Amino acid sequence: MFGMAKRLKEMGVLAINRRNADYTLWYNPRRLYPLVDDKLRTKELALKHGIAVPELYGVIEVEGQVRSLGKMLGERTDFVVKPAHGSGGEGILVISGRVNERFRKADGTILVQEELEHHIFSTLSGLYSLGGQPDKALIEYRVQFDPVFEKISYQGVPDIRIIVFLGVPVMSMVRLPTRKSDGKANLHQGAVGAGIDISTGMTLNGVWDNLVVTEHPDTGAPVRGNLIPDWDGLLDLAARCYEITGLGYQGVDIVLDRDKGPLILEINARPGLNIQIANNAGLLPRLDLVKSEHRNLRSVAERVQFAKDHFAVDSAQ
Amino acid sequence: MSKIQLYVLASVVAAVGLSVFLYKVYFLGFPVTPAKEVHIWNVEARIKFVAEGKPVKVSMFIPTGTRRFAVMDETFASGGYGLVATESEGNRLATWSIREATGRQGLYYQAVVQVSRTKAPQVDKKAPKPASPGFEGPTLAAAKTFIEGVKAKSADTPSMVTGLLKGLAHPGTDENVRLLVGGKPSVEKRVKMAIRLLSYAGIPARMVRGVRIREEKADLAAKVPIIHWLEVFDGKDWTSFDPITGNSPVPDDWFPWWTGVRNMAHVEGGRSVQVIISVSPRIQEGVQAAVQHGQRSKALLVQFSLFSLPVATQAVYKVLLLIPVGTFVLIILRNVVGIKTFGTFMPVLIALSFRETGLLRGIFLFVVIVALGLGVRSYLERLKLLVVPRLAAVLIVVVGFMALLSVVSHHLGGHTGLSVALFPLVILTMTIERMSVVWEERGPEEAFVSGLGSLTTAALAFVVMKSKYLEHLVFVFPELLLVVLAITLLMGRYSGYRLMDLHRFRALAKE
Repeated sequence: MFGMAKRLKEMGVLAINRRNADYTLWYNPRRLYPLVDDKLRTKELALKHGIAVPELYGVIEVEGQVRSLGKMLGERTDFVVKPAHGSGGEGILVISGRVNERFRKADGTILVQEELEHHIFSTLSGLYSLGGQPDKALIEYRVQFDPVFEKISYQGVPDIRIIVFLGVPVMSMVRLPTRKSDGKANLHQGAVGAGIDISTGMTLNGVWDNLVVTEHPDTGAPVRGNLIPDWDGLLDLAARCYEITGLGYQGVDIVLDRDKGPLILEINARPGLNIQIANNAGLLPRLDLVKSEHRNLRSVAERVQFAKDHFAVDSAQ
Repeated sequence: MSKIQLYVLASVVAAVGLSVFLYKVYFLGFPVTPAKEVHIWNVEARIKFVAEGKPVKVSMFIPTGTRRFAVMDETFASGGYGLVATESEGNRLATWSIREATGRQGLYYQAVVQVSRTKAPQVDKKAPKPASPGFEGPTLAAAKTFIEGVKAKSADTPSMVTGLLKGLAHPGTDENVRLLVGGKPSVEKRVKMAIRLLSYAGIPARMVRGVRIREEKADLAAKVPIIHWLEVFDGKDWTSFDPITGNSPVPDDWFPWWTGVRNMAHVEGGRSVQVIISVSPRIQEGVQAAVQHGQRSKALLVQFSLFSLPVATQAVYKVLLLIPVGTFVLIILRNVVGIKTFGTFMPVLIALSFRETGLLRGIFLFVVIVALGLGVRSYLERLKLLVVPRLAAVLIVVVGFMALLSVVSHHLGGHTGLSVALFPLVILTMTIERMSVVWEERGPEEAFVSGLGSLTTAALAFVVMKSKYLEHLVFVFPELLLVVLAITLLMGRYSGYRLMDLHRFRALAKE
């Protein structure tokens, strides 16, 4: 047991106590949390800084507005309903098709309008929000994911998580939905996380339920060796989020849209730690390096270059 | 930086706590371990009433003490009232009076009662005159028949009294008894009738009222009922009889308060009179000696300690002070081991209710109620209800279950179910809600892991909080909580791995 702890320490694995005590509590001032906990505010903030996000179709803030849902949707046949204060991907409903009053979920099941409305009511009353406080429901553009991930995801939209520390991208992974995760891209719901080599944008092995996998469990395609298109653009986007939110330690979630390119999905002030398993590397050495060097990195470009220079994966691995 | 600040703060807090603790142990002589047996009790009577703006006169019987119970250290909290203590017919009476009072009034009497196991020699007492029984007409005939029947079946006075009490307690089909006391007479009524019957037979008897001096199981409900029994003069001394069983003498823990048929308290110029008696084990001899010593020497630490509080409040703090200890267990389990629980402090509250139900019973009841609640919750899910009404519905159903469980188990002869009411209802409801949300969104596995984690944590916290030794320590030395606080503060910066992290990152630790 102590041997294991020692081994993790040698690798510089960041665990939850340390993340909270030394990073999130230290670098993320509490007053900034609402910026990222409320997805509506994140969206507005990103737009103000000229960063692309999925288009917002409408917001439902009180029960009475649910009746105008039909008007809000117009002729749209696919969209996503998500809670503004959701966490861990809970309460996200992906509608991929519609015939009048019937809606088809991404996994093919059919919802009648009443069920959709109930989902929105539950969202408003705080079922999916952090701490259970009343919430808003956002209705937004459903991302058409880039074909690069077609073979390694099961329904749903894969997204790319980049941990950004003091403006420097330090670690990254792509989260691939599986049958088990019900099309959702959250690791604890059963999605596969595959590490990404920061310097090249090439995927590494994956982690599924805390264990290393080399193939996607549903499609069987190799998880490793997929090149993420426009990787430099993604790094640039993530690094810019530091100035936008002011959070020192954040997880930026980006999706690649077939037509619109990279879109910021959300920003997380307490990003998860399994990314280390996906990258087979500990975060601490990278964080320490950034801590000692970040004063010399002035521009976004410098920070991205620093990351690419220092956080490359050994080709031997 | 702030880490140094934290270390300084924690060591100062711990040092203060420890030095007060050591001072109390070495200079004031407080014992560190609890004594085995309790011989000293705090007895308290509170009178509450509403004054009507007129002169108020309140009289209340106060205990005299017997050869088994010594009444010491009496305190009266009078709040502006004049107080006189008098003696009449072997009873002591405290009389409070005031020119004018309005609104709610509260008067206290507090005494320390010491139980001695030695028996004093019997003294010959003057035989009292039996009062007139006052039977006439049909009751006279019934009394005569009944008492003659009892007499015929007994050898001496004690066995006759026993037979009489038994006869009164179980009227059965005896028409005479039914005529005398009715179908289901109260204990008080039976004792009164026994006195009249005995005086008819020429035997002096009287009613004694008092309370049982014993540790109540529920710490928070320190209120005790008044009990009644019978004393019969056997020519030399009074002998007591239990009116329910007829046994003589009455159990050792029956503490006589006053004799006679009058009510305990009488209030002139007030209404809605309430008398509440509470009994609690006094801190053991060693502690008491230390407290008295401290009070004599005017040690501030003692004068402003928990021992200066009313008995009922002390009982509350005995429990409250254990909560930080339970929370400390929770911190260790969550931040060092990494056990998942529903809600932050829920396990500690559950552990508190285990104190009332016992561990195994508590776990059983908790699991049953949560399981039933989950069933109902999953059905309600289908009805698509809004959150707040749905929570309220689950809560109502949980209350119903609890009542049902109590009734059923009561009829099955156990009192397991009665203690179910001690579970914090809202906590149970929230547990059910959280568990079912987790169940739906992350699967039953996750729900069970957290549920089991909560229960394990609660059980461990209970085992720690149950310890008599710890209870004694935190109550006699509440300053030790400062030490707990110091460690808790340090735990707030613990950034090492949790035991569960080793499992979580096992893929990384291999190779």
